[in-house]
Amino acid sequence: MIAHRVHRDLARAISAVENGVTDYRGALARFTALGSASNGTTARKRADVIGITGPPGAGKSTLVDRLIEGVRAAGETVAVIAVDPSSPFTHGAVLGDRVRMQRHAGDPGVFIRSMASRSAGGGLAPATRDAVRLADEAGFDVVIVETVGVGQVELEIVAVADVIVVVTVPALGDGVQAIKAGLTEIADIFVVNMADRPGANASATDLKHMVREGKRDIPVLQTIAQDGTGVPELLAALNKKRDGDDSNAVRAVRFEIVRRARDEAVRGALAALDTPDAAAVLDRLRDHELTRNDAIDALQHIFGGTAHAH
Amino acid sequence: MQTTERTIADQQREWEQLTLLPFTERRPEAREAFRTQGGATLERVYTPEHVADVDYLRDIGFPGQFPYTRGPYPTMYRAQPWTMRQIAGFGTADDTNQRFRYLIAQGQTGISTDFDMPTLMGYDSDDERSEGEVGREGVAIDSVDDMLDLYAGIDLEKISVSMTINPSAWILLAMYLVTAEERGFDRKKLSGTIQNDIIKEYVAQKEWVYPPRPAMRLVRDSITYSAEHLPRYNPVNVSGYHSREAGSTAIQEVAFTLAAGIAYVEEVVKAGIDVDDFAPRLSFFFVSQIDFLEEVAKFRAARRVWARVMKERFGAKKPESMRLRFHCQTAGVSCTAREPLNNIARTAIEALAAVCGGAQSLHTNGYDEALSIPSEPAMKIALRTQQIIAEEVGIIGTIDPLAGSYALERLTSDIEKGCFDYFAEIDKRGGTIKCIEDNFLQMELADAAYDLHRRKEAGERHIVTVTKYRDESANPHVELHHVDEAASQRQLDRLAKTKANRDSAAVQKALDEVVRVAKTDENIMPATIAAVRARATGGEIIKALRPVFGTYVETPVF
Amino acid sequence: MPIKVLVAKPGLDGHDRGAKIVARALRDAGMEVVYTGLHQTPEMIVNAAIQEDVDVVGVSILSGAHMTIFPKIMTMLAEREVDDIAVVGGGVIQEADIPKLKEIGVREIFNAEASTQDLIDGIERIVAQTGRDRSRREAAGTAGAGQAASR
Ligand code: B12
Ligand SMILES: Nc1nc2c(ncn2[C@@H]2O[C@H](COP(=O)(O)OP(=O)(O)O)[C@@H](O)[C@H]2O)c(=O)[nH]1
Ligand SMILES: [Mg+2]
Repeated sequence: MIAHRVHRDLARAISAVENGVTDYRGALARFTALGSASNGTTARKRADVIGITGPPGAGKSTLVDRLIEGVRAAGETVAVIAVDPSSPFTHGAVLGDRVRMQRHAGDPGVFIRSMASRSAGGGLAPATRDAVRLADEAGFDVVIVETVGVGQVELEIVAVADVIVVVTVPALGDGVQAIKAGLTEIADIFVVNMADRPGANASATDLKHMVREGKRDIPVLQTIAQDGTGVPELLAALNKKRDGDDSNAVRAVRFEIVRRARDEAVRGALAALDTPDAAAVLDRLRDHELTRNDAIDALQHIFGGTAHAH
Repeated sequence: MQTTERTIADQQREWEQLTLLPFTERRPEAREAFRTQGGATLERVYTPEHVADVDYLRDIGFPGQFPYTRGPYPTMYRAQPWTMRQIAGFGTADDTNQRFRYLIAQGQTGISTDFDMPTLMGYDSDDERSEGEVGREGVAIDSVDDMLDLYAGIDLEKISVSMTINPSAWILLAMYLVTAEERGFDRKKLSGTIQNDIIKEYVAQKEWVYPPRPAMRLVRDSITYSAEHLPRYNPVNVSGYHSREAGSTAIQEVAFTLAAGIAYVEEVVKAGIDVDDFAPRLSFFFVSQIDFLEEVAKFRAARRVWARVMKERFGAKKPESMRLRFHCQTAGVSCTAREPLNNIARTAIEALAAVCGGAQSLHTNGYDEALSIPSEPAMKIALRTQQIIAEEVGIIGTIDPLAGSYALERLTSDIEKGCFDYFAEIDKRGGTIKCIEDNFLQMELADAAYDLHRRKEAGERHIVTVTKYRDESANPHVELHHVDEAASQRQLDRLAKTKANRDSAAVQKALDEVVRVAKTDENIMPATIAAVRARATGGEIIKALRPVFGTYVETPVF
Repeated sequence: MPIKVLVAKPGLDGHDRGAKIVARALRDAGMEVVYTGLHQTPEMIVNAAIQEDVDVVGVSILSGAHMTIFPKIMTMLAEREVDDIAVVGGGVIQEADIPKLKEIGVREIFNAEASTQDLIDGIERIVAQTGRDRSRREAAGTAGAGQAASR
């Protein structure tokens, strides 16, 4: 159980880092309830951080709701950090993940925080990493991070999570191909959610083939998040990964991959800025025909939304 | 419809050049486009050219004949006016019973019951979730003892009784049947309607207990049970009212409703019942909004579309299976809290649209609609509004009086087309239930509601006293319905009394039987009736079945 | 810093047309909106408000049960020492009840006559007044309730 006061201070500490007022150390110093939560239990094991990523609408939040149920049933406390995209136009957002998990809102062993991605184009809000550390300090046993998975950018999640679950849905061949592009590198577990839909078996088989080509042991599971089918198996697979101690070496490799992916994205963006289309947009900006925001939007459009001109 | 003379189009073009243009140059029109509430753009004038594709015999025809565009019956209001059916429901059964008797004394010809939120959602009054809500928005009904008092002194063989209840509808139907039985009425003579339209709950009204598929089974069981035992009863009232009040367009209102109708028919036919054995007892429910022409067109289109669906899609043979009968309610959302007496005018126009559209039954809103559940004086004026239309206006003398208007026929055909487009899309997506599970209908509705809101704010449609002609100086005070805070305790006492007086072992046995049946494919009605007779409460039956059927959790969409 | 708002639907009330329109309109005005979904208890609403650290809780209620729901929410916010979170309401709330709600600390009631712009302006004004601008508060290092930096 986590005290109400800790919930409040954790929430406010996350705001502080989210709003760029301080980093997580500063926040810890400031919000004493958090400090005491961890001070009292120095011998406490670090929280296990589970990353859940995958395309919008794959059922990630619904699955997280089920995972909360499972983790709580095992007697552990859990914090969830759920990231949703901000509108590039208005910067507003309807943060829709919480509503799937709201039935746990009365449980003091559960903390749920929605974060808008704000200026970050990728799957993670800039402050997500600090938020995860703060939740750890607040004494939660498990921290789940849900991110929007679009393109390669959500590779960032490897910088945050110990175990990464990549969620997909039954789809035609191209769906699986798209996943192959980035996510096999980072996935610890593949989940084909919406197994109630046609094509689930085929998708799972495809993934299994793909996984066999690689070196790591990546289970491929099927779930129906809506009714909980397959969730016990997912929890078991997660527990196995959590218990394994290969995490450090693996994580180091993952960081390297993220760094490379990021470099590649920067190179891509620079190259794209050199194209005539982009030059035309920049000219119009110079001539005051476009506002800065419009120009950014136009460029992003040219880059196909994968590179970021921030 | 008539012989189309090419010269009309030529003439119109000439008129636009020679007459219209110079005129608008001097005096431009007030706005570029005039749109219906549903968003359809209106032509400046309609001519025979605009209805050239409408064939009188094929598309319009005669009242009481396929495709029923002009009405379900050959005599319509010349035989008798529509049923005047004002909704009532508040406090305990006794409180509401008095309102029923008052309305009947004022000339009301049907009864309509509104339940409180706990009853609507399947919780007993003593459930912790019911706190503060017992008897507030409707009447609290926990057991058949309450139902007996609710309709006490009312001849259930003579007056038709409607009940606005959904996820727990089959239980309330059971209570109604036990009430009739204990008062010695003949089931075969019971006429009335239970809303029991679970599909639109997930889309619009948001009252649910179980997920869509088990909930459909309950609807199916009540329909098949009625088909066998209740020849004059409407076991489902497929409703577009709620979707429209939630912000849909007129086309969506009809399309979603009839798509739900299609799903019910499919479900029952799957159970092996011949379509003509139950389809005649399906009834419908639409709103009458303030956009007069569009509404009249909507009612006519709904009849035409349903007739075609029943005939062509389901191969129905009996004319009664194809003719759509509907109840109508004026639009609550069109009413304002500001200068509330103006709502009388709005309601009168809407009621007239319903009558011009051929409604079988009508509820007119009170002037206090935007403020609270209706007071007695407000209901009286609302009822009088209907009586004025029936007795004074003279419109009941001729059937479907606006037929043949070029504008009206065009709008009617456009709404029909919009419906069939939606059916094709819904079929493509795997049917109505799938579309609910996948949030397709919810998404369409949310977009329409937001669009309408923005159009309103952009000044496309003004609301008198709210967005235009706002008089800040005074907002006239009206007496409102008084919520009797003691009613909740009275209901808790009633419930405690029922529980004290019953044989709890018998209740448990009856509940176990309901659960057993629920796990099989047997019809659930007989076991439910037995449980209700033993004084099991609605909440107890609902709760017992949760482990069997599961609990619905909504995924809200924006 | 975007304003963060929790749009909440308490009790058994299922009228969600207004709440959804409001959520969408606030988003389009650049705010970060969290929606609780239907059928929430006051405790669920308060916990969500705390965890999300919102500037404003907007309670949408058309069932007529507002005089039982709002006091519960206000009391619980005070108990948890987060009564610097502003509470506003919307829906069907009779004129006569508005002063009573303001007395227990509800900042504003927006009924169906309020335009979208009225809501946006109102919420921005309230956030400016409460001084619960999160960045400023955190900068001042005041974690406790009611110690907003603007005081
Ligand atoms: C539409 C409607 C329905 C629809 C609801 C569709 C939906 N999904 O929302 C349907 C037909 C399903 C329905 C059903 C019922 N209804 Co109804 N309904 C209405 C009606 C006509 C309009 C409400 C509306 O949507 N207005 C349009 C929206 C845009 O406005 P709004 O909600 O007021 O929101 C605006 C502001 O209030 C404000 N706002 C609202 N929320 C928030 C939140 C925040 C954060 C902010 C800042 C602002 C804000 O901004 C919004 C935009 O301007 C009202 C009467 C009326 N005219 O108000 C009755 C009314 C609310 N209903 C009523 C009743 C009794 C019921 C039922 C219980 C009837 C029954 N017994 O079966 C059921 C219950 C349904 C349920 N599950 O709860 C009563 C409530 C009585 C009371 N409070 O004392 C009313 C007042 C009608 C009456 N006079 O009897 N209803
Ligand atoms: N049919 C089906 N629908 C699901 C399943 N899991 C989630 N959904 C639905 O898919 C939609 C998107 O789910 P959500 O959890 O929000 O996805 P996210 O965007 O990945 O977080 C919701 O309507 C869920 O109810 C599933 O296993 N089967
Ligand atoms: Mg999500």
